[in-house]
Amino acid sequence: MGQWWYRGGATLLILNVALGTALVALAQTVTLVGAGATFPFPLYSKWSEVYAAERGVQINYQSIGSGGGIRQFIAKTVDFGASDGPMTDDQIAQAGGRVLHIPMVAGAVVPVYNVPGVGPGLHFTPDVLADIFLGKVTKWNDPQIVQANPKAALPSADIVVVHRSDGSGTTAIWVNYLSKVSAEWKQKVGEGTSVNWPTGLGGKGNEGVAGLVRQTPNTLGYVELAYALTNKMTPGYVRNKAGQFIPPSLSSTTKAMEGALASIPADFRVFFTNPDGKDAYPIAGFTWILIYGDQADPVKGKALVEFLWWATHEGQKYAPTLLYASLPKSLVTRIEQTLRTVTSRGAAVLP
Amino acid sequence: MIATRPAPGPVEEPSARTGDRQFRVLLATMAAAVPVVIGAILVALISAAWPAIHRFGAHFFVTSTWDPVAGTFGVLPFIYGTLVSSALALLLAIPLGLGVAIFLSELTPGWLRTPVGFFVELLAAIPSVVIGLWGIFVLVPWVRTTLEPVLKSALGFLPLFSGPPLGIGMLAAGLILSVMVVPFIVAVSTEVMRAVPSGQREAARALGATGWETTRTAVLPYARSGIIGAIFLALARALGETMAVTMVIGNVPQIKASLFAPAYTIPAVIANEFTEATDDLYVAALIYAGLVLFIVTVAVNALARLLVNRAARGPSVIRE
Repeated sequence: MGQWWYRGGATLLILNVALGTALVALAQTVTLVGAGATFPFPLYSKWSEVYAAERGVQINYQSIGSGGGIRQFIAKTVDFGASDGPMTDDQIAQAGGRVLHIPMVAGAVVPVYNVPGVGPGLHFTPDVLADIFLGKVTKWNDPQIVQANPKAALPSADIVVVHRSDGSGTTAIWVNYLSKVSAEWKQKVGEGTSVNWPTGLGGKGNEGVAGLVRQTPNTLGYVELAYALTNKMTPGYVRNKAGQFIPPSLSSTTKAMEGALASIPADFRVFFTNPDGKDAYPIAGFTWILIYGDQADPVKGKALVEFLWWATHEGQKYAPTLLYASLPKSLVTRIEQTLRTVTSRGAAVLP
Repeated sequence: MIATRPAPGPVEEPSARTGDRQFRVLLATMAAAVPVVIGAILVALISAAWPAIHRFGAHFFVTSTWDPVAGTFGVLPFIYGTLVSSALALLLAIPLGLGVAIFLSELTPGWLRTPVGFFVELLAAIPSVVIGLWGIFVLVPWVRTTLEPVLKSALGFLPLFSGPPLGIGMLAAGLILSVMVVPFIVAVSTEVMRAVPSGQREAARALGATGWETTRTAVLPYARSGIIGAIFLALARALGETMAVTMVIGNVPQIKASLFAPAYTIPAVIANEFTEATDDLYVAALIYAGLVLFIVTVAVNALARLLVNRAARGPSVIRE
């Protein structure tokens, strides 16, 4: 009995010492708290793990969705926000400070389909995609589809359109593209994380859309590129601005960023869908980290900007293995300039 | 209440009375917590939904458009989807659940009751997201390839069973909800039927009733209020269920006569769109939809209770 107590006391003592050490360590490290988009979460958690080991800075990222990320960023309850869509002018006004959008990586959105007897690589022109999602092209053997795919054995079945039912950055990129290539889409439906779909079924999440497409014959849906690759779905090739049908891939997404470079504004707030460039895959978009241009806390501000610098340089090498398209060098140069403009108490954060 | 009591006699210890009083205050506080929480939820919902209430008012209930881009919001198709999918679920689950309950309480030998009851309770314990996945991968393909074609060829002349068999839609949602609510009906109904005094059964038997007649005339009327309670519980679960429904209902805000057509429910649209809603009016509209669900649930429950009260006024003794 006495021994038991004794040992208990010893354990407690050890625990105390360990806790004390942890507390001391905690006091010395900087912890950056962020919240937002779910799409980049696997990458951000990888970065957080590597960065904590290399630089001793803790990154605590909560993937609560872009909407929640922007709200928390405006309320200043987090050190950085993250979003798959740029903030609106209203939201920036609400935030009440200089807001910077820093692109981290890009993702592509891919049409996927399930047509019995038709293999991967079906060609889609922008007009056909828009007309299918508008409910105007309803048969798989519509002359418009046949014209782009003379060799495919297309059935005379009805096209079952599948879209996301949950609000998502994937949808935002997809409908932004459709708005750019179809005036009718822009006028009738428009763009956003959720829209009033003219036709089709709604699946919840990438897995919901993928599940529906995989099981239901004659479906056409859209999912994130990473999801299409890992789940071996049959992707469609989309015709880009240069007239080429481009297989969706990480490299053709990076090519899209290069192609769009000239048209990307200084604040990076843009969906760069339908860019120039011969090999550019046309349906892709950034995911951003949102920070204030004037940091209240110089220590945290410095840690944050250093982390973003690392993420857009060394951190990029982790992107392809996790199926994100890394930023092209030319764009990183421009991001460097933006990061140098961050100030705290009137002084630049970076030397 | 306290005033009508006799004065404390000399045998009564004052400390015991103090304890009683404290206990009563404690229990009253606990009881008051429930309405307070409900009231707080209501206030929070109304204040957060205020921009949308101010903008759309009562039109919100009768508008069918849900367009986040244009900022036009109406919940009519969502109310329809919520009510119809729940009604469909009860339509399927009540006969099935009562059948199982009667079997378990009246016909099963004792050694079989425990394992069967255990499996029923196990069904209630499965998380709804798991049931939803089962719905996507097993139920929906079966509905598309077997159930819907059969219904269509047999009853296709009815608008209820028209349109292309997609698998996903109102029918699948009703089916999956019925799977989820059956355990509630079974578990509670079995218990109340088992609680019927055996004298009731023996009396019916003595009058020459058969097994089924005994159940119908002696057991079911006696257990009626408990069975209705079980159905309430099932209804509440069906109205509020989110995850499994959104995975199989197709998520299209429309009102179609056909059960094959996709539909949408209020909990599903809130769960789907809340995380990525950035616009203030959009968020307010989603919270307003939550408020509507609250109102619909209260209204349906009140209506059901009214029906029960009316039914309960009838004779609860054995008829015939």
